[in-house]
Formats: sequence, C-alpha cells, structure tokens
Amino acid sequence: MARIVGAVMTSHIPAIGGAIAKGRQDEPYWKPFFGAFGEARDWLARVRPDVAVVVYNDHGLQFFLDKMPTFAVGAADEYRNADEGWGLPTQPPYRGDAAFSWHLIESLVADEFDVTMCQEVLVDHAFTVPLQLLWPGKVACPVATVPVMVNTVQHPMPSPARCLKFGRALGRAIASWPADVRVLVLGTGGLSHQLEGKRAGFINRDFDRMCMAKIVEEPDALGAYSIPQLVELAGSQGTELVNWLIARAALAGRVAKVHSNYHVPISNTASGLMVLENTS
Amino acid sequence: MGDTLFDGRQARKGYALNKMCYSFNSAENRAEFQRDEDAYCRKFGLNEAQRAAIRRRNVLELLAAGGNVYYLAKFAGIFGLDVQDIGAQQTGMTKDEFKAMLATERK
Repeated sequence: MARIVGAVMTSHIPAIGGAIAKGRQDEPYWKPFFGAFGEARDWLARVRPDVAVVVYNDHGLQFFLDKMPTFAVGAADEYRNADEGWGLPTQPPYRGDAAFSWHLIESLVADEFDVTMCQEVLVDHAFTVPLQLLWPGKVACPVATVPVMVNTVQHPMPSPARCLKFGRALGRAIASWPADVRVLVLGTGGLSHQLEGKRAGFINRDFDRMCMAKIVEEPDALGAYSIPQLVELAGSQGTELVNWLIARAALAGRVAKVHSNYHVPISNTASGLMVLENTS
Repeated sequence: MGDTLFDGRQARKGYALNKMCYSFNSAENRAEFQRDEDAYCRKFGLNEAQRAAIRRRNVLELLAAGGNVYYLAKFAGIFGLDVQDIGAQQTGMTKDEFKAMLATERK
C-alpha cells in the first residue's frame, strides 16, 4: 500500500524562481531563505518519496475567471510549465502518474469532494518553485507528481475548515492506493502577504508564527478562522495558508516536526518552510 | 481593514480587463498590445475607466475597475515591473521605502 512519508510546506514566491535562474542563492538577501532547505533535502534523501502530491493555487496560468474550480486534480502522465508573463524561465516537463491520479479522484469523489478532473494542466510557479527548491539542479524533477489546485483567486474560497476536511480525504485517498509507493504531500504558498491595494506589503509576523506553531499539533485551531478573517490577519494572499492546512491534514498518523524556517521578507512575502514527518 | 474582496461582483465588473491581462501569458499577445494598446483594449471590450487606468498604468484605478491582482501582475510584467514596484505605487512610496517597510518588524 502507498505510504505518506510526510509533508513539506513552503512559500512559492515567483522571485525565488528568478533567484534560482540567476544563481543568487548565496547572496545575503537570499541566503537566510535558501540556506534553510538543506535540512529539508536531507530528510527527503532519508525518506525517498516516489511521488509528490502538490497542493497549490494557480495564479492565472491554467485557470481564468471563465471557469474557476474550487478543487481540481491533475490526471495526466506529464505536466508542462509555460510563460506566465514576467520572465521566469520555463521549466522542463514534470512526470505525472495518471493511474494514481485517477485513484485519488475516484476516492475523493466517493468521499464527497467533487473535484474537477484535468487531463491537461499547465503548472505555474506555485508548483514548479517548491519542486526546484526541494530537488535543485536536476534536469528533470526526480519524483512523479500530482497537481492538486485550490482556488485562492476568486471569492468565495473554500474555508480553512473545509480545507482540513479535504486534506483528510486526500490522505485517505493516498493511503488506499494499492501500489507500494512512498508519497510526499507538498503544500505551497503563504505565509502572510498582500499584493494589492493600500495595504500592499502587509505582513503579520505574530500571526504567521502562531500558525507555524499550531499547524504541527493543533491544525484544527486554524480551521476556526474564516476566509475574511484570514484576509484581515494574513493579507489577501495569506489565504494560501489553506494549501498548508490541506497538506497537514493529509497526515493521518502521529506527526513530528523535522525542520522549520521563517524569514521576512522575500519579495513582498513572509516566507515559511515546514517539514513534518508521518511517524506512524 | 478597507480591502475589497475579489468576489463575484468584482469578477463581473472586471471580466474584460482581467481577460485581456490573462492573454498576456503569451509573448505574441504582449507584443500585439504594445504595437497598439488602445486597439488591443477595444478588442477585449474594456470600458472607458478600464482603458484610462491601463493608459495611466495606475494599479489602484485598475483594481477599482475590477482588476484582479494576479492578472494585473501580467500587465505589469510587460513593463518589467515586479510586485514591489506595484506595492510602492499603490502605497505612495519609493521602491526603496517600500522594501524598507517590508523588512521592518511592525506591531
């Protein structure tokens, strides 16, 4: 049976992709961010995942406002990255696992999460940047992938409580796959940031630190926030916290924190990294 | 807090503007816009307020006209502007002031 080895949550800021492309990882601005990934990579080398289920939000590469799914799951053997309009180099294609994806879709829908099924997905920086951070310098990402996309572009967005339930259903779906594979769940985005309006540049360190503490042992405490409360406390793009909640909730067993990092600012954003191991 | 949530009302109001900005994922479309901005705006059916905000490169006006920041970021990208440039513009700061503000711990 498939086994979830753990979860990694990380920010997915486009500027990180730019810094990787320009080789700036060791510059003073970037070192406190990139330097924290060594321990995450050491852990990955130890638990050796075969597949990464990547929970993220598309930012207008794949989805437009004409059709905006709340939850969508990729079901292809390959996913392509493409031009997002502001100069990030396009990454090589990512390997999918369509049979595993269809199993996840079957299980999620049976579990009352009626996801949108996607046989073609253009994956944006929120998918590519975290994979580049975890497996740097590779021509192709060494693990198979499943994109799981959550709407954080247009309100109404799924609530944190709903996302915790979705994460638990995703965990059950993964664990019921008969193949003997090790699965990493990756939740990308956050932490506090706001790009638009007079409150652009809003960051809330106290709230972020509280979220990083609670998500390990008490994720349900974070499920008590509404989306408008998250907007107020974490900024309008701070709603990406729901991707972290889904990844956390997919871990059904006992959870141990392996590593974490919090660094402000990267671009306009408070960056966070969390590595959680599923210990049972 | 004064933020306008990008809800159904905003999404309807800004549909043409956001659809145009979504088209800027393509280099070919970005070039076509730059050849004749107003013709490109008309092709997508932008209203007068939206076209004026595009001409002025004014992010707060684009938001007020129904723009969504994720699509507007693709418009800004045409001019090589990043999210700190647009953050500075919206808050009336220089880019350096905006970056200093981000790095400052506030209570």
